[in-house]
Amino acid sequence: MHNNIWSTIFDPGTFSQMLRSATPVALAALGGLMTEHAGIMNIGMDGMILMGAFVAAVGSYFCASAAMGILAAMLFGILIGLFFALFTVKLKSDEFIIGCALNTFALGVTAFLSREIFGLSGTSGYAVPSLPNVTIPLIDRIPFVGKVLSGHSIFVYVTWLLVFLMWLFVYRTPMGLWIRASGESPETLRTVGKNPERMKWIASILCGVFCGLAGAHLSLGYLNGSFVEGMSASRGYIAFACVIFAAANPPRAYIAALMFGFFDALGLRLQSYVSSDLTGTIPYLITIIMMVYVVVSRQKRRERLAKQQLQRLEP
Amino acid sequence: MEDEIRFSHISMEFPGVLANDDISLSIRRGEVFALVGENGAGKSTLMNILYGINEPTAGELFVRGQKVTAFNPRAAIDRGIGMVHQHFMLVPSFTVAQNIVLGQEPRKAGALFDNRKAEQLTRQLVAEYGLEVDPTAEVRDISVGLQQRVEILKTLYRGAEILILDEPTAVLTPQETDELFEVIRSIVREKNMTVIIITHKLYEVMAISDRVGVMRAGKLIGVKNTAEVDEHILASMMVGRPVLFDHLDKIGEPGAVAIEVKDLFVADNRGLPAVRGASFAVRKGEVLGIAAIEGNGQSELLEAITGLRKIERGTVTVCGQNAVGKTPGEIRAMGVSHVPEDRLSTGVDKVASVADNLLTGRQREKRFNRFGFHQRRSTIDRYAQELYEKFDIRGAGIHIPVGSMSGGNMQKVVVAREFTFDSPALVISQPTRGVDIGAMEFFHTRIIERRNAGAAILLSSADLDEVFRLSDRIITLYEGRVTGEFRADAITKEEIGFYMTGARKEAEQ
Repeated sequence: MHNNIWSTIFDPGTFSQMLRSATPVALAALGGLMTEHAGIMNIGMDGMILMGAFVAAVGSYFCASAAMGILAAMLFGILIGLFFALFTVKLKSDEFIIGCALNTFALGVTAFLSREIFGLSGTSGYAVPSLPNVTIPLIDRIPFVGKVLSGHSIFVYVTWLLVFLMWLFVYRTPMGLWIRASGESPETLRTVGKNPERMKWIASILCGVFCGLAGAHLSLGYLNGSFVEGMSASRGYIAFACVIFAAANPPRAYIAALMFGFFDALGLRLQSYVSSDLTGTIPYLITIIMMVYVVVSRQKRRERLAKQQLQRLEP
Repeated sequence: MEDEIRFSHISMEFPGVLANDDISLSIRRGEVFALVGENGAGKSTLMNILYGINEPTAGELFVRGQKVTAFNPRAAIDRGIGMVHQHFMLVPSFTVAQNIVLGQEPRKAGALFDNRKAEQLTRQLVAEYGLEVDPTAEVRDISVGLQQRVEILKTLYRGAEILILDEPTAVLTPQETDELFEVIRSIVREKNMTVIIITHKLYEVMAISDRVGVMRAGKLIGVKNTAEVDEHILASMMVGRPVLFDHLDKIGEPGAVAIEVKDLFVADNRGLPAVRGASFAVRKGEVLGIAAIEGNGQSELLEAITGLRKIERGTVTVCGQNAVGKTPGEIRAMGVSHVPEDRLSTGVDKVASVADNLLTGRQREKRFNRFGFHQRRSTIDRYAQELYEKFDIRGAGIHIPVGSMSGGNMQKVVVAREFTFDSPALVISQPTRGVDIGAMEFFHTRIIERRNAGAAILLSSADLDEVFRLSDRIITLYEGRVTGEFRADAITKEEIGFYMTGARKEAEQ
């Protein structure tokens, strides 16, 4: 029996599922780290993802094309980013309240529209084109690794590229510097002749687009062409936790998302042994532990730095 | 010398306030021009116009003979104007080089930020102007003095020929101030730059400037050659009446010990030792001044004595009673009043009214209560009004939130409250930080009044002149240890500076 559990856990299927589960969270986290750098507390990502998922499903259904669905989700992401920035940047409303409102609104409006368009049973009876899975030649033949890495939705691979591009953008471009400065010290940016509000708008729009992508992946990639009410399932909050955990660094945020993905996959695997209600809590429990770790490790780091400085003072 | 900058009948009106009133002023190329005035006199507003942050509501501004039409920092930078703000405009997590090039980054491959080039450009600037600083260090890890250099380098990188320094020495040690002045002299001499320095420390005006402009209540009162004036003349011009410095009559001999600190150890917020074995005593009827560079344990020391911070080891005795492990309230009851370092966070309740802030600490007194909980509003108001007038608090009455008042008036609220407890001991930290010269004189008089009335006063101030003016004895603190104890009239500022930076004097018994 124990043998059985271990082989279930360390099955290539677990790691394959880890990548699948991590991807929507990672995409949203890439968006969330933009707003985080720009100094906007964005807890509205969950709503952004949910609406993105819905718009992608609708777009894909009506245009009979998954690509159009993705495009629709991204365009909608721009809109939602503009909307979010309008309230948080221009009108200076409370970010927390706007985020909450966005989440609640997303739940209601997607459920309502979904029932209007697809009926009570959702998209199950409709043909929503989804994204094909990609088999990577050669790699798919490697034992274990092949099964883990190959055969995923194209989103999984695009995300890897996006992680790198975002890292480049944030840390290696002038605009990345400006966006980070707009969050950390907006007046500094203003005195060197750049408008910090503008940077916040840009970050907010980027966040919308990434959350739209995350949503599109959920409905068109992860669930192969269907929209389910409330399907974001708090992934936006998990993504936010990943952003904080990673100090808004893209590769680190991806690793955090992988951690979430691993425990999510683990939960799914363990369902055959333990109640699924219990296993379903694992990724969220881990998130809490992660956050505690973040706080404690930062504290430790500060103390260590302070000690070093003291030692430098008196040799 | 030609006119580098000319303000012509400049006025700046904010809703309800005329911050600059018909100001005409010329500043010449290659001079150090000091702009002095009390808080709210309009110095910063005038310089913000020059730097393009404010657009004047009337009048014209000329830079090198050219009329300025576009008022924004970008355009000002292009005109060769650089400003070092009082609160540094730096991104703490960025490196020195990144901060210097921010907004005008060197690029590679068209779109990417070239960090190596940025560091190289910084090194060139460092070499050219002799302002030593490590381009790769993160700004949050370097000292305030170095951060100021980064600010200056930042303006030089942008090709500044006119440098505006807003209260540049407020955060510096005497040594750092000397270094800054050396830098200013060298850039003026070698690069023929124009430097405008906003300050309210008059001896600095005397030390560094060629000419000085005095502002009061939005008006330019006068422009003088520094060589033709002295500090007293400038002070009277600033305040609009003679300011009587140097006439603090200290009467009476010190009496019994009121505060005694023995072998005290206190930790800072990070848990590291901030005060390490400090011992001293304050007698009744004397002022003991603490001279120390910021961050050498003086804040933690005063917090420990007033019960705001845990004492790790050692003893504190107030009027013969043990104060270790007591709450701030209990220590107050023993007879210690406290004017805290940061009035905004610990001195006042910003959102509460002036009256409530003046009442704080007395709210349980019978005369303000009915049945122990109902406040007697009219009695409180009468009491508050009385203090309001006695301490010359200037604002819109006792019912407005304290947070809406100026720093100086806020401090008057704190002092009015603390000085009327008639406590045998007073712990005072930074009594005049950010306070203008007129109010400063007022505070000093009050402090000496309490001293002469027999209070034991422990004073900590970043302003060394203030420590000297008020203290009977001075102790120097370095890295949490007492490095020396002196009679205030038997030592010079330069000597004290020596002990503030680590030299030790064997304790005289």
